[in-house]
Amino acid sequence: MSHEHKDNVGAKLGMWLFLFTELLLFGGLFILYSVYLSRYPHEFTLAGKELNVVFGATNTVVLLTSSLFAAMAVTSIKRGEKKTTLSLLVATLACAATFMVIKYFEWTAKFHHGIYPGSPKLTAGPPGESVFFSLYYITTGLHGIHVLIGGALLAWIGSKVQSGRIHAGDNVTLENGTLYWHLVDLVWIFIFPLYYLIL
Amino acid sequence: MSHESAEHAEHIVSYKTLVSVWAALLVLTVITVAITRAELGALKVWAALAVASVKSALVIAVFMHMKYEARLFRIILLVALVTLAIFIGFTFFDVLYR
Amino acid sequence: MSSAESRQPIAAGFWGDTGKTGIGSWIFSTDHKRIGLLYLYSVTGFFLVGVILGLLIRLELMAPGKTIVDAPTYNALFTVHGVVMIFLFIIPGIPASFGNLVMPIQIGARDVAFPRLNLFSWWLYAIGAVVVLTSLFTGGGAPDTGWTFYVPFSARTGTNVSLAVFGVFILGFSSILTGVNFVTTIHRLRAEGMSWGRLPLFTWSLYATAWVQILATPIIAITLVLVIAERVLGAGLFDPGRGGDPIMFQHLFWIYSHPAVYIMILPAMGVISDIIPVFSRKPIFGYKMIAASSIGIAAAGSLVWGHHMYTSGMSDTAIMVFSFLTFIVAIPSAIKVFNWVSTLYKGSISLEAPMLFALSFVLLFSIGGLSGLILGAAATDIHVHDTHFVVGHFHYVMFGGTGFAFFAAAHYWLPKFFGRRYKEKPAIVGWALMFVGFNILYWTMQVLGMHGMPRRYYDYLPEFAPLNFVATVGSWILAVGLIVMLVNLVKGLKSGEPIGENPWGGATLEWQIATPPPTENFEEDPVVTRGPYDFKGVVKP
Repeated sequence: MSHEHKDNVGAKLGMWLFLFTELLLFGGLFILYSVYLSRYPHEFTLAGKELNVVFGATNTVVLLTSSLFAAMAVTSIKRGEKKTTLSLLVATLACAATFMVIKYFEWTAKFHHGIYPGSPKLTAGPPGESVFFSLYYITTGLHGIHVLIGGALLAWIGSKVQSGRIHAGDNVTLENGTLYWHLVDLVWIFIFPLYYLIL
Repeated sequence: MSHESAEHAEHIVSYKTLVSVWAALLVLTVITVAITRAELGALKVWAALAVASVKSALVIAVFMHMKYEARLFRIILLVALVTLAIFIGFTFFDVLYR
Repeated sequence: MSSAESRQPIAAGFWGDTGKTGIGSWIFSTDHKRIGLLYLYSVTGFFLVGVILGLLIRLELMAPGKTIVDAPTYNALFTVHGVVMIFLFIIPGIPASFGNLVMPIQIGARDVAFPRLNLFSWWLYAIGAVVVLTSLFTGGGAPDTGWTFYVPFSARTGTNVSLAVFGVFILGFSSILTGVNFVTTIHRLRAEGMSWGRLPLFTWSLYATAWVQILATPIIAITLVLVIAERVLGAGLFDPGRGGDPIMFQHLFWIYSHPAVYIMILPAMGVISDIIPVFSRKPIFGYKMIAASSIGIAAAGSLVWGHHMYTSGMSDTAIMVFSFLTFIVAIPSAIKVFNWVSTLYKGSISLEAPMLFALSFVLLFSIGGLSGLILGAAATDIHVHDTHFVVGHFHYVMFGGTGFAFFAAAHYWLPKFFGRRYKEKPAIVGWALMFVGFNILYWTMQVLGMHGMPRRYYDYLPEFAPLNFVATVGSWILAVGLIVMLVNLVKGLKSGEPIGENPWGGATLEWQIATPPPTENFEEDPVVTRGPYDFKGVVKP
């Protein structure tokens, strides 16, 4: 039994199980997406065209890059390169911030055009369009909340690296934090084609 | 437990591997955009999903270290994915035939 | 605690471990036993709230027309009864209370894998409960949608649905974290020699349950978020006028809520699988099949949610598929029942309180399970859908099943943790009253349903009056039995006879340590060399 030293495998197992719940949480929204896409393919195509592919693609690159930094942070802490770890975490957070800023501009632009859940424009428009945008806002909104939570988590972990409580010999907390961050990336990998590119 | 010795050998992924995976992800992103611009009709959705699945497989395997974890981790990941697939798939028994 | 004169002293065990007293030593403790007891007190408290609401519903239905409350209050009564019983009692009921108390000891661990997360999940439970309770007295008043929160009504009613739904959302995360903790604990913290084939069946059932908690609960979480989005943002995802589909709400709701039935019943089955061999002095019959059937029920139970929706306008294909799949769940359930009965065969049976509750579980669960088949078959379901037959059916499974298993567990395990036991005679009197009252109440409901008495209706035709009266009388007998049982149990645990390490002659690890269990359960890490139901050399005092 290993109650004296930390059970790293157990900690990671617990984290993965939690990630599954996150996966299923978004899964509920993907169930709705798939059903409504099959019912309103035409409306989804038209509505999807209103989304800005440049914003979406940029954010995809930003998130993929942030994932790279996060993964590198794990490598660096295991090699005992504390300074590198800290800069990589800061870079990850910078990406997270960039993502949120782009998201903010994207959403405000949409709001300006009268596209938001329950807006008069959508209520008057074809039924599939309203469903598309409601799903879009709820899915990307929930994803945005996860970006914020992940960012806060990584910042907290960074402070622990700084103070030396996370180091080459004990870094499972950092690993788990980055696992969460990668999940945020994973979800976006599906959001991007399904909402921005579908046609 | 049986993996005791394997557990302690911690695997460190090199920067080089990570960067090449990142590069592959960027290439795949370009491919997704290209595919969805082409005239594929309904296949488009499946093609985009296929590329997205490859991308997530890369992220999970390398960035998330799944490749280096014990087999248990891969089994439970499969269980979770199959569950989600069933939840989506079985809903279509209703949606497709209504 | 008051000190009765005749009270004999017992060892302190984990009760004296912190050196501190007062509520702080409980609500900030990370000890799995203290958290288990916290859960036990909380869920029992909410169970009693639910019982009172249930009695009020029965009182209202005693005679046609208005009896004690007006119609909107009646709607709120059955809604809150359902929400409290399901989300605050049964779902956390056995896993979070007895699971926390017993499971780590059963596998030879000193605690769960993530003790602080365990405490956090109790806090989430407490916060969720407070939010749900707040929703009853604020905003537009207590929700009146039924515990199922079906759209479109839940999206439109003026009552305080948003807050109630948010509370349930928080409770869901409490349940998820318990599941994550239990799966990790069972994988990582088993003692040396505690192979999967030596895992007590209660622990096996908790393992299967935990997986359902992890994989199904997030779906209800997102569904409830969507209900709030309908109400607050006007998202229109379930509004047919805007292209949404209300039946999709039912899909999402039951994708969780049907597997949730197995979150409720699987741990109960585990309790029964642990109790029956001990009181039959025989190894369990078909250990592997019972363990595998827990996993089988968890897996098959995730495929059958559509059987709640035969009359909702789902496609005929889906009705046939889900009806067929529903019958598959009967197989692992029946495997368990047959194995319990086979364990009894030629056993040296002693009918003490835990065993009586366990045996009534087998009978009542079988009745509930068989009436479930009537509901699982699409043709018959359409006849009795939304009648009192359904209400009777799920109370047979949930109360006759899980409820009685909860009482069985209380009579079986709590003496171990309190170091004292209850009196046997009043326990049996309480059990007998409950058993009789229960059957009068819910059997009558099933008959009423067959005759066409709809569920959730405030008023009914005069022809249903006599049986409704009988059912209400049954509810009183049930309540009296419950009071007898609880008073005896509480009195016994506070100041009853002290007990030794192993009052029942159990072979699982929790009976091999001191009573009450010491702080970290084991003086030395145990090495397991025998199966959980190997009674060779285990003496019953």
